[in-house]
Order: sequence, then C-alpha cells, then structure tokens
Amino acid sequence: MLDRKLAPLVALAILFAPVLARAQDAVAAPTIDETINEIVGAVTGPFVNFIFAPIPGTSFPWIVMWLVVAATIFTVYFGLIQFRAFGHAISLVKGDYSDPKDAGEVSHFQALATALSGTVGLGNIAGVAVAVSIGGPGATFWMILAGLMGMASKFTECTLGVKYRNEYPDGTVSGGPMYYLSKGMGERGRAGLGRFLAILFSIFCVLGALGGGNMFQANQAHAQISGIVGSYPGWITGVVFAVIVFMVIVGGLQSIARVTEKVVPFMAVVYVGASLIIIGMNADKIGWAFGQIFDGAFTGLGIAGGLVGALIQGFKRAAFSNEAGVGSAAIAHSAVRTKEPITEGFVSLLEPFIDTVVICTMTAIVIVITGVLQIDPETGLYIWNADAGRIATEGDVSGVQLTSAAFGSAFGWFPYVLAIAVILFAFSTMISWSYYGLKAWTYMFGEGKSKELVFKIIFCVFVVIGAAMNLGPVIDFSDAAIFAMALVNIVGLYFLMPVVKREMNSYLGRLKTGEIHKFVD
Amino acid sequence: MSNETFVVAYEGDDTSVVDYAAERAKKDGARLHVLHVLEWSPYSFLTPQELEERHKRRQEELKRADQMLMQPVLARLRAQGVEADGELRYGSVVDLILKVTKECGGSMIFCGRAGSSSLGSRLFGSVAIGLAQSATVPTVIVP
Repeated sequence: MLDRKLAPLVALAILFAPVLARAQDAVAAPTIDETINEIVGAVTGPFVNFIFAPIPGTSFPWIVMWLVVAATIFTVYFGLIQFRAFGHAISLVKGDYSDPKDAGEVSHFQALATALSGTVGLGNIAGVAVAVSIGGPGATFWMILAGLMGMASKFTECTLGVKYRNEYPDGTVSGGPMYYLSKGMGERGRAGLGRFLAILFSIFCVLGALGGGNMFQANQAHAQISGIVGSYPGWITGVVFAVIVFMVIVGGLQSIARVTEKVVPFMAVVYVGASLIIIGMNADKIGWAFGQIFDGAFTGLGIAGGLVGALIQGFKRAAFSNEAGVGSAAIAHSAVRTKEPITEGFVSLLEPFIDTVVICTMTAIVIVITGVLQIDPETGLYIWNADAGRIATEGDVSGVQLTSAAFGSAFGWFPYVLAIAVILFAFSTMISWSYYGLKAWTYMFGEGKSKELVFKIIFCVFVVIGAAMNLGPVIDFSDAAIFAMALVNIVGLYFLMPVVKREMNSYLGRLKTGEIHKFVD
Repeated sequence: MSNETFVVAYEGDDTSVVDYAAERAKKDGARLHVLHVLEWSPYSFLTPQELEERHKRRQEELKRADQMLMQPVLARLRAQGVEADGELRYGSVVDLILKVTKECGGSMIFCGRAGSSSLGSRLFGSVAIGLAQSATVPTVIVP
C-alpha cells in the first residue's frame, strides 16, 4: 500500500534529476530559490519588524518580555503549580486516575504525545544551535528558566482549551484559544472583545502554521538533506515534502502520519540517549560546560550581545520550541475526554519540561561540550564572527548543521541518524501544525470540505516556499508568526485565569479529601 | 440451577467456543457472560485528526461490535435455552478477561485457540497461552 503511494515520489525524483543538474550549472541567473526568497522576505519584513520591535531605549524585543512576564505571573498566581503538581501530572499520564470504563477514549498520554510531537522538533535541534551560537552558552540557562516558567502558561491554556471546547452531536470536538477567547470572555461580559481576539488569534495561527509549523521545518529538513547528499535547489525537497504532506492531509493517509508519530518518540529517546553518551564521554568537561552556561548567563563571555543577548536568545528559543503561551497545544489537548478540564492542564505542564528542560538542554550541552563553538586560546573567550552575527564555528556552520557537527564530532555516523530524525520531526510537526492551522481556518471561514481543501493546498504550497528560502528570512517569519499568536492568546489568559484558579482549587481540594482517587484493581 | 457464571471470551468468529460453553452451561445450569474485547492501548499514538474523532469512532466501534457480534451470539445462546448476557470492553484482551471474570464472579473461562498458530502469537503469546499462564479459575481452551 505504502509502496504504491510512494511510487509517484520516486517518479518525481527521476523527473527532477535533469533539472537538478542544470540548476547546478547555472550560476549567473537568479535561481528560483533566490526569487522566492526575495519576494517572501519583502512581504514578511514589516510584520517581522513590528513583532520584534525593541522596547524603546533597549535592545530587548517587547514580545519576548510579554511572554516572560506572563509566565512569571502565571507561576506566581497559581503558586508554583508546575512544581506542586508535577508528580500528580505523571500519575495522570500513567492512567492512575483514569476510569477504566472510559477505555478507548483519548487518554492523557495520547494527548500529551500528540501535542509533544507538534512541539518536539527542529526547535530542539536547530533552534537551540541558533540560540547558543548567537547568544553563547549562557542562552541555555535562560532557556531552561523560560522552560520552567512556561510550564505555568501551558497549564493555564490547556485547562481552558478543554473547558471551553465545542462538542458536536456526532461526538467530535473542536477546541483551542479561538473557543476559549470567544466563549470564556463572553462569560465574563467581554463577548465583543473575545470574538475580536479569537479572530485575530486565528489569523496569526494560520500564519504560524505556515511559518514555524511549516516553512521553518521544510527549510531545515532541506538543509539537513543537502548537508549529506550535497547542495541542490531547495524547492526539490519542498515538492517531495509537499506531495507527502498532501497525501496525508488531503488524501487521508493517516497511516503515514501514524508511522512518524510512532517513530518520533523513539527518535527522541535515541537523541537524548546519544546526548547523554556524548556528555558521558566528555565527563571531565561537564563542570566546565556548566560553568560556561552559568557565567555566560550573567556575563555574556565576550558575546556581542552580552547578558541581554544570551537572555533574549534563550527566551526566544524556549518559547519557539515549547510554544508555552502560544496556544497551539491547547488545540491538541482539547480532545481528551475528562470530567475535569484541569487534569489536562496538569498533564500539559510536562510538555515544556520534556521539550525544553530535557531535550533542548541536551542539545545545548552537547554543542558546548564538544567545542564546536570556537574559543580564542589566548583570552578563553568565544571568537565572534561579526559578518555572520554569531560565534565562529568549526566549518562555519549554523542551525541544524551546527548540532549535526557537534554530534558528528563524537560519532561519525550520527549526522545520518540526525538527518533522519530531523526529517521525521519536521514531518510530524508539519502534520500537527497543518491541523492547528486548519482549526483556526475553519473557525474563521466555517467548516466544509472545499474550505478545508483551500487551506490544505495553501499549506502544501508553503512547504515548497519554505524549503527554497534561506535560513534568515524563514526563521524570522516563523518566530514572528508564532509570537503573534502568543500576543493575543495571553490577553485572553489574563482575563480567564481566575476560572482556571477556581477549577484548580476545587480539584486539589477534592484530591485532598479523597473524593478524587486512583482507580485500583 | 446453580449460581455459577461462566465467562466466554468471544473473538467474533469462533462460534465453536460459544456452542461448547453453552453445552457445558446447560449441563451445570450455569449462566454465560460473553465478553468481547476491543484491543486498545492508552499508549498508542494518534494524529491530531484522530484525537478529534476518537470519541465518535469509539461510539461507532461499540455500536458495530454490539450489532455484528454481541447481539447475534446472545440470540444464538438464547435459542439454545441458555441464560446469557454480554459485555464489550476496550483494553488488553488477557488482562480484561481476568478482570471481568473477577468482577462477575466467574467460575470458569472458555476461550478459543484462534490465532495461536501465527508467528506473532508464538513469539509473543496468544490469548489462550496468556490465560493458561495467569487465569485463577479453570480455563477451557476450545480448539
């Protein structure tokens, strides 16, 4: 079945072989890649500039501050819930509190795994490399901090996602920020504002799906493949990816998606395992690496941006990787059948922990410990490559190739494993985001086969565009679109956080009295 | 008429199990509790689209299993003059057979041997082997 479906791809590759050869010969004329790059770069520029505008008088983007302040407020407001409820969250995922009569419904584990497969991806591999090469090792410290705080944001949004979802007579559900913004704010007497925010969120969600959830993924997958087979035009990777994505989201071939969903957790384990082995192999440098991370966090270690540079990069990458406060995970989590919406909030707070505190940190430590970032032997400081705007690296690589070089310095074969991981991560993230984008799209335009098809086709076209563009414009637009979602979502979270607190206090009270208890055989 | 309950693990096509259990039940004056398990793991992976539709699919699966499997087999048993009721559950087959037996106070389990000869079941064990290893009441494996 799968072979027959993949046959067109093989045919496509053969078809493009002469084009590939010609493209390599042509040097003078602007390539398709360059043309796409120029057009999209020009169109998205003003939007990116607005989102990343610095706070007047500083170099600190206001949007990063927006996320950090929100995560801090939620952390304080819910009384460090991410630490208090951590153990209970694990019990919920294990199914200790699930009624056996509900077997066959979506379990907490399944919602968590699906939401994670949308977030664990290139942010953890390529994004961290970008953060560490621009912000220095100190970015890792701020990334971990942002990850821990972000757990409270995720808790808030996922609880609301379940509480205010729409349940249709046929048994399907639709949830996410669009629904809690409109319904929840309506309950609090702000129906007009709620509807406005819901539409605004949906617009940004569609852009985020096309940017971070699609173009960035296609772009880095291409970088990874061309790093191994040699340079070739990005749109070829784009077309192949687009065809596979099309088969899944339009053709309904969920089996392909299910294969990656199964492989992704396995790859994540392999990735973390390999990281631990590399860290173990460099055991003598562990103390030094953590020293670099802590010193860099507060002094900058000679990085151009200093402390602020490390902090901005760390916070930005954490937010981009775990999406806490962005609202995307609330869409995936809202499908769980639970009588207590708050339980899904508890489960979801594990997401930024696994994604950022565990996986991102592994990547960062491996990059630091393997010495792929170049250090001036005389001063002991990192060598700044002013032209590239980042620390000089071995082989002058950045993004996913830097991570690949770091792992490759320990295991020569690892770049191949990483390439497969990147492609699969990219693919599963695309599938998740195609769904998030679709939900926002149908919220705005209504449900219906033809309306859905329009979005799905646009999504596939953006796969090609993303693969063809250079890293710079893609990463900027990806960040901007995703952060814009957070801009709207967090306004709603502020209005609705008392609702979450009521749910939380009621649930924790009943848990204490034993009214809510484990199901034991 | 004894108060005994026999549990029949019914896979959907193995009527020989049902008929044999009915024969034994008639002799002992026992009632039958027919169990059909829909194989399900809460740790399997679903796409976002599948998450959204899961509740609907579950209802459809239960309805189909009831109409296509359970009602015909209960009708067949009643026609043979055996008192019987049925249960549909989601989960791991062997675990649920044992659990349901405990719940209904079953004194004997009847199961088929279907699928026991496949390579997968030789490697990982079949329902019959699983029951033989862990059942706490007499278990009859009907060929």
